[in-house]
Amino acid sequence: MDPEDLPRFETGPIERESHGQTSAKSSVPDSLSTVAVDFAGVTKSYGNKVVVDELSFTVASGECFGLLGPNGAGKSTIARMLLGMTCPDAGTITVLGVPVPARARLARRGIGVVPQFDNLDQEFTVRENLLVFGRYFGMSTRQSEAVIPSLLEFARLERKADARVSELSGGMKRCLTMARALINDPQLIVMDEPTTGLDPHARHLIWERLRALLARGKTIILTTHFMEEAERLCDRLCVLEKGRYIAEGRPQALIDEHIGCQVMEIYGGDPHELHSLVKPHSQRIEVSGETLYCYAPDPDQVRAQLQGRAGLRLLLRPANLEDVFLRLTGREMEE
Amino acid sequence: MIEGFAAALPANAWNWVAVWRRNYLAWKKVALVSILGNLADPMIYLFGLGTGLGIMVGHVDGASYIAFLAAGMVAVSAMTASTLETLYAAFARMHSQRTWEAMLYTHVTLGDIVLGELAWAATKAFLAGTAITIVTVMLGYAAWPSVLYALPIIALTGCVFASLAMIVTALSPSYDYFVFYQTLVLTPMLFLSGAVFPLNQLPDAFQKIARCMPLSHSIDLIRPVMLDRSIAGIALHIGVLGLYALLPFFLSMALLRRRLMR
Repeated sequence: MDPEDLPRFETGPIERESHGQTSAKSSVPDSLSTVAVDFAGVTKSYGNKVVVDELSFTVASGECFGLLGPNGAGKSTIARMLLGMTCPDAGTITVLGVPVPARARLARRGIGVVPQFDNLDQEFTVRENLLVFGRYFGMSTRQSEAVIPSLLEFARLERKADARVSELSGGMKRCLTMARALINDPQLIVMDEPTTGLDPHARHLIWERLRALLARGKTIILTTHFMEEAERLCDRLCVLEKGRYIAEGRPQALIDEHIGCQVMEIYGGDPHELHSLVKPHSQRIEVSGETLYCYAPDPDQVRAQLQGRAGLRLLLRPANLEDVFLRLTGREMEE
Repeated sequence: MIEGFAAALPANAWNWVAVWRRNYLAWKKVALVSILGNLADPMIYLFGLGTGLGIMVGHVDGASYIAFLAAGMVAVSAMTASTLETLYAAFARMHSQRTWEAMLYTHVTLGDIVLGELAWAATKAFLAGTAITIVTVMLGYAAWPSVLYALPIIALTGCVFASLAMIVTALSPSYDYFVFYQTLVLTPMLFLSGAVFPLNQLPDAFQKIARCMPLSHSIDLIRPVMLDRSIAGIALHIGVLGLYALLPFFLSMALLRRRLMR
């Protein structure tokens, strides 16, 4: 057999970059390269308040993993522990094959961070921010300058390279923060609430950029309280409440498992009166404020029941992650 | 716990330079204003007190009062410059600007950040102290070339007061607390360290307190070289200053770890 045939034969699957697959260039041994992050029985409390409670999860390389939960669910604490910025009280954390926090500095070589609050240097230009941040990774000016053009292109900030950060819009700042997180060519990117406080236009730009990263084979851990974001972007997610894990799975699988039918939102009447009216035709009903959420296998029956009532607004829509979340954590008034 | 503290120590001997260079780049943009601001205050004291009091006092320890005061003002300017940098500017980078947080995502450790900040504050102290030294030399109040020995002492003084101020930065919930350190620690130290008047006429108890103050050791080194006299107990002075630079560094790092990495 001609040995020259072999390499040619192998280039096919390696060159094809696909979401969910490990980069073939990775020098980490195979057994480690499939697991990017592993939390095992991790607990953290501040005083008497347990912030993270015996949490275990695993993130595979190339995956977008979401940590979903309301404010105070422990998402940011998890992100900080992953970076070695906070020590867990119990449990073990392994990131990119390295124990954290013991060897967090080594792990951070392969991690990029997009924090919840912008911490760019406001008085520096876009380019200076990237240069200075590269130095924190021990990169020389020349090394940083070699990668800055591609980072600016990624962030769509080519024309703003010499603008001060204080002149940028909120979306541009977040794009720059993403570009900054890529300067060390990380395998894993940790994004803490990446679109909180952004306008819809900027949010879509961030989502699009995030997908571009996944297409490059990066692993992403995303914390969010924004259900649509989690549903759109995450391959898999973990729903948290008060530091406890309450569900895990693929977004659609979670929706099917916990809701499994369409949702009719009814508002514009007395919710309690409506509740008794549609109850016979519903699998489950929840009331939140003045809105009735009716989980009905046959929405037409519900509609027929309500026919002729003036001032009612009905909205039939597919179930989403928000329904799952509220089902699991309880709406304002669960019945 | 010990393992955690070890991970927060400076990673190596050069990582802090990246932190220093960040501050240098920020400073370069406002350098002129900063230098003038740092220079104005000690100059006003030097000439205000030096000429005003100088007329009444005449000579102190065989030198004109203004030449006597010059050495004190050099040390005080170094103290003030590094204290203000560490209290206000470094606190802003730690607290409101979250610059340290961004640094902690990288190869830089908390120890590297503290070391870089101290080195930067010492650099600013060196610039401020040196600027006044140059003026006093030009006006003939300091002896050339022995005054050159004052330069490393100015840098060491900057390290000492940056290190001490870092403890205050680590403990303060907000900017409002800094004024206590300035008025209750630094101002009494200014008067008990021989910066504006000689200590040998003070009661014995005050002289003993003065021996514990880092500023008096700094002045005991700077004044003789500026007046071209011999220094007594040079190793003791440097040793005390070294301890004042080193011990607060580790203490402030432990406090900052508790504050930022809990």
